[in-house]
Order: sequence, then structure tokens, then C-alpha cells
Amino acid sequence: MKQAIELNVNGEPHTALVDSRETLLDTLRYKLGHMGPKEGCGNGNCGACTVVLNDAVVNACLVFAVEAAGADVTTVEGVAAEGNLHPVQQAFIEHGALQCGFCTPGFIMSAKALLERNPNPSEPEIRLAISGNLCRCTGYDKIVRAIQAASQALSQTA
Amino acid sequence: MDAFEYAAPQNLQDAVALLAEASGEARPLAGGTDLIAQMKENRRSPSLVVDVKKIPELNVLSYAAGLRIGAAVSCTQIAGFAPVRVHYPALAEACALIGSYQIQNRAALGGNFCNAAPSADAVPPAIAYGAMLVIAGPNGQREMPAEDFFVGPGQTVLEKGEVLVEIGLPPPPPHSGAAYLRFIPREEMDIAVAGVGAFVRLSPDAHTCEQARIVLAAVAPTPVRAKEAEAFLTGRALDETTLAQAGELASQAASPISDVRGSAAYRLELVKVLTRRTLGTALERARGEAA
Repeated sequence: MKQAIELNVNGEPHTALVDSRETLLDTLRYKLGHMGPKEGCGNGNCGACTVVLNDAVVNACLVFAVEAAGADVTTVEGVAAEGNLHPVQQAFIEHGALQCGFCTPGFIMSAKALLERNPNPSEPEIRLAISGNLCRCTGYDKIVRAIQAASQALSQTA
Repeated sequence: MDAFEYAAPQNLQDAVALLAEASGEARPLAGGTDLIAQMKENRRSPSLVVDVKKIPELNVLSYAAGLRIGAAVSCTQIAGFAPVRVHYPALAEACALIGSYQIQNRAALGGNFCNAAPSADAVPPAIAYGAMLVIAGPNGQREMPAEDFFVGPGQTVLEKGEVLVEIGLPPPPPHSGAAYLRFIPREEMDIAVAGVGAFVRLSPDAHTCEQARIVLAAVAPTPVRAKEAEAFLTGRALDETTLAQAGELASQAASPISDVRGSAAYRLELVKVLTRRTLGTALERARGEAA
């Protein structure tokens, strides 16, 4: 069964013809060209597909595209504003908080969501917030340091 | 994944009609964090998926004469709802234990019930608080105690055409408290090896236990009440000795299996310890000693 859905991705309206089995992740990647969110595990454990769906971070691999009809979606491609990287993205670069980079879009989305609800998180709060994102390269330490630095950068600009 | 029809009805009557008239297996879809993962693995292959998230009755979240939680309300909404944090802290804590933030933003309490995993974290505290379920079906609505909802792993009493509408918790009585604890070998993102929810109501002088509910998770085919332990506590003063004895009795209500997460013997030992600890926290809360 196919149906046409309308959704906003990073502020731009889109229409897509989707099969009921199609995940939001596959629609974003293969129909709308947003290759930032990745499929790692496909069952909600790794968080590489993390996107914001109507103001909440979700695993796009566990959402059917048809469920997202009418929704506002933000992917990592929508995080930078007017050519300027988001402070979380900048901090990931400065702290070398990635190696292969596969997990990074998901971490950026989780970290950004954390700092929006809790601008000055403790280290345990940071580690809890990224518990749904797996990184098999870094050992997490640099990611945590990057999120701490982004928190400081955001508080200085606020 | 097999092909399926998708429907997102705006009202309960249409949802029930769709589920009742489906020719093959039909499943309601709330957060999808269990169902979609199962469909991807072909562990469930419904020919009709009925998205229930647009139905007003399943999105209720209110506290007046008790707590009403629509079956499609997410764990994040529940854990963040001030009356839940104040009056039902064990439920708030359990909802904040399930998966990651990404999962909690989708996963619904009704889904935690309908998925019927023996390890479901939000179920023991709900039963401990005395939850009642509202179920709608082709023949109207029925209500039942939450503990009677489960038949076996992944199986509930829901019949064709029926949908879980609402989980209702009575107002917490004076001098009462509850807690939920699970054991996992990691810090986060894991399935309970064993879990225990406990509720106690004390006499006004806070010395005697007047009522107890103890609910065990992941140690039987369904969540189970430890009724012998509850009866033992009723009328007794709660101290280290009686709480430990309650733990021993609670383990007798468990019938765990040995699997990759733990052996049966280990799970029985966990039930003893977790029962003692949850009762201890429930007791502190009933006495107003802990948040």
C-alpha cells in the first residue's frame, strides 16, 4: 500500500510517495536525499538514525514514514544555521569527538536536544542523554568533553 | 517485512471497527518501539496496522480523582508530568528507565502493557499502585485490574477488535509509598534480569503496614503479584527483618527461567534483594522521608 505524505524536513515542505513498510529513515535518505541520519542496527539501539520529530528526538528507523505525515522533521543537515556550524558541531570538530563519523549525526542530534532542555548538564546527565547512541570508535570520552565545551560555548553566547 | 495496510483513525469507534473487521491479524500501533522492531524481524506480521495516536481518548493525561493515562501517551510525557512525579514517583522512575530518550519519546505506556513482555518496566509500578485498565471493543467498554491483563509472554486478554484505551491509577492513599527497581548488568539501555515494584500503606502512626502490593517482573511468564509476601507484611511493623522475610516469600512467587540474562537461581536471589530494597524505599516514601 502506497500513499503520498507531506512533511517538513529542516523547514522545507516535501511530498513523498511511500510504502506503508517504509521507515522515516529510508524516506529521508533515499527519497528526500538527507543522508545524515544513518541506519546502524535498525532496531532502536544504536541511535545513528536519530532525528527530531515534532520537537522530540526519535529513532527514525522505528517510525513508519506514514506516521510522519504532516510532521516537522529536523536532521543533522538542518542543524547549522546560515552556513555556521552549531556550537555542538563545532565542539565535536575541536575535540576530535569522532573517528569514522558514522554515529556522529545521531550524537549531534542527541547532544543538541540535551542542551536545549538542560543547558548546563552534569557529566552523568550527558552520559545518560547519549545512552541511546553507540560509538564504536571513540570510547565516548571526547564526545562527552565536546558536549561540555558546547554547553560552555552556548552559555557564553546566551 | 510483509506488506500491510496502515490506518490512522481519528476516533475510537473507527479504530475498533477497523480492528474488528480485519480479515487477518491486526495490531494497534502506538509508539512502535516494540511493534516495528518485531515486524522488521518478522516476529509479528500484521496485515493491518491501526495507528492509535490520533485518538483523543488515548492521549488523555490528567490528575484529578486519580491519574488517567491514555494508552498512547509516551513515557517522556508521563515521566515529565508533575502530578506523576509527585504522587506516583515509582511510575515516573520506571518510565524514565525504558530505553533511551529516543525510545522514551515514542514508547507508550499502553504499548508497554500490550507488548506484554514479562520484563516490562512500567507494568510493576502501575500494578503496585492499583492500576485499572479501560478496554474498548465491538461490544463496548470493559474495565479490569491491570494484573489480570496478561496471559503469557507477548499475550494479553485483548480479543479481536479490542484496544487498550486508558490506564487509571487511584489517588495514592495517605501514608502510602511505592518504588520500582530492576537489575541490569549495565548502567542503561538494557532489559531487566529481574524487577520488583512495591507499594505499602501504613497505619496513621506509620508503625504498621496496612496494605502491601509486590509485583515481580522478568521472573515468570507474566508480571506476578507476590501475594504471600503481601499477606505476611499486612498488620506487621516494617523493619529490616520483616522486609527481608518478605523478600524470601516474594521469591516463592517467582518461576524464572534461565537464559542469556541470568540463571533461574540468580533471578530468585535478585527478587529477594530487590523486594527488600523497593519495600525500603516505599516505606521511606510512605513516612515522608524520601521524595
